[in-house]
Amino acid sequence: MKPSDISNNISEWFNGSGPRADVVISSRIRLARNMAGYAFLSRLSDQSQRQIHDKLKETILSLELGEKVWFIDIDGAPAIDRELLIERHLISRRHAKGKGPRGAVIAKSECFSAMINEEDHLRIQVIQAGLQLKKCWEKISRYDDLIEDKVQFAFSKQYGYLTACPTNVGTGIRVSVMLHLPALKMTNQIDKFMNAARDMDFAVRGLFGEGSEAVGDFFQLSNQVTLGKSEMEIIEEFSEQIVPRIIDYELLAREELIKNKAHLLDDKIQRALGVLKSARMISSKEALFLLSNVRMGVNLKRITDIPISTVNELFMLTLPAHLQINSGSELDADGRDLMRAQIIRGKLSLN
Amino acid sequence: MKCQCCKASATIHITEIHDGQRVETHLCEQCAQKQGVAVKSQIPLNELLTTLLSSKKGNQIDTISEDSASNHSCPECQMSYNDFRKEGLLGCPNDYEAFGDQIKAVIESAQSQNDTHKGKVPKSAPEKTKKQVEINKLQQELDKAVKEEKYELAAELRDKLAKLENEAQ
Repeated sequence: MKPSDISNNISEWFNGSGPRADVVISSRIRLARNMAGYAFLSRLSDQSQRQIHDKLKETILSLELGEKVWFIDIDGAPAIDRELLIERHLISRRHAKGKGPRGAVIAKSECFSAMINEEDHLRIQVIQAGLQLKKCWEKISRYDDLIEDKVQFAFSKQYGYLTACPTNVGTGIRVSVMLHLPALKMTNQIDKFMNAARDMDFAVRGLFGEGSEAVGDFFQLSNQVTLGKSEMEIIEEFSEQIVPRIIDYELLAREELIKNKAHLLDDKIQRALGVLKSARMISSKEALFLLSNVRMGVNLKRITDIPISTVNELFMLTLPAHLQINSGSELDADGRDLMRAQIIRGKLSLN
Repeated sequence: MKCQCCKASATIHITEIHDGQRVETHLCEQCAQKQGVAVKSQIPLNELLTTLLSSKKGNQIDTISEDSASNHSCPECQMSYNDFRKEGLLGCPNDYEAFGDQIKAVIESAQSQNDTHKGKVPKSAPEKTKKQVEINKLQQELDKAVKEEKYELAAELRDKLAKLENEAQ
């Protein structure tokens, strides 16, 4: 695979389709697994790490996923390619920075991917557009079964699937939904959401940008407890109790904004669009922030001549590694800001 | 509204009544954390765990870890519990057994007091393991039913559990 095979398009899970897509960008489930009979990564000999790498690579490539599958040698990949995979949520920053034989397997649609020798021997993930956690679970559990036919995982009857960090032990499951909550943010209710989520043992992080800071009103909500609840209990808690409630709050806040503060709302949306259409240089952070406002404008039908797919596309294509791979050159910060503004103007003026 | 300390926008608002006098304080999250009126909101899991592990407040984890057992190493990967406290990640699957009650306390703190798996079991796992996980699950449901005073359901679960435990013998 060449990075440019994927860098010109957005990931399928980000195409704006799927149930409740006006608030829920995507749903993701990942499972952490380790091979029985080997140490975890920190105490693994080079030789064993190579053996695990080879065995898991072979096993996962042999799965019949019904689509093209790529293997990427992360240890040998150029830094910019690794950055691209991070931007597309296919590997973690930890995986990019790790050492020794390690790899990633990626299905062409990017709905399935696996990391070999990250913090655990194996982490597989399934991402779907919109709120579709049950579909994610059906798929990932089936892949997990198929892998298990060929590999024995470390498992204890007391603690379940054994992982390098006790925060993942048990089911090894991390369930996340990526949410766009601009109206809750605008009406200063986002802290309420964060506090409620934390009270219920959920983690809230940003979706884009460095570290965990939420840029552009995108939030990723995920479970912290992995032991003592079954996978279905965790998933149902998410998709039937918590997420629908957050969606309702966000939609209510949007309705109220239109009813009571339409002038403020339109000002914000149109200013964002104005800057995006005319800026000659724009930072990644500013672009995310403004695109978030435009996305809200499109979803609320305050902007009618720009399709949501164009907005979604711009989120991803203007990230630093995407910009550089698509332009075919290494760019410094100014160069990136210039290129980013150019791409945004190009896409928005077409409409 | 601005933070009273640093002029950033205030997100934490406190109203206190002193001798009948109403005092309002407005702070940003950072200043609130500095003054100890709010907790840091986004603590990454690993950081949380490290804090948990190295906590010096004489809590349960720490009292146990001061024990000589802390230097006892896992026979398979040679990691000691003290190594784990420093690194935050375990060395091999056997550590879960080798570190006994110490790791159990860590798991309970990280997992909202849960200590028993409920959920998927590998198809290839021995029958005995599958039964045990099923027993774990029923036991948990039974505890819940008793707590909620659903005695009819509890009786049903108790019978099921007895049958399974018999089979597992």
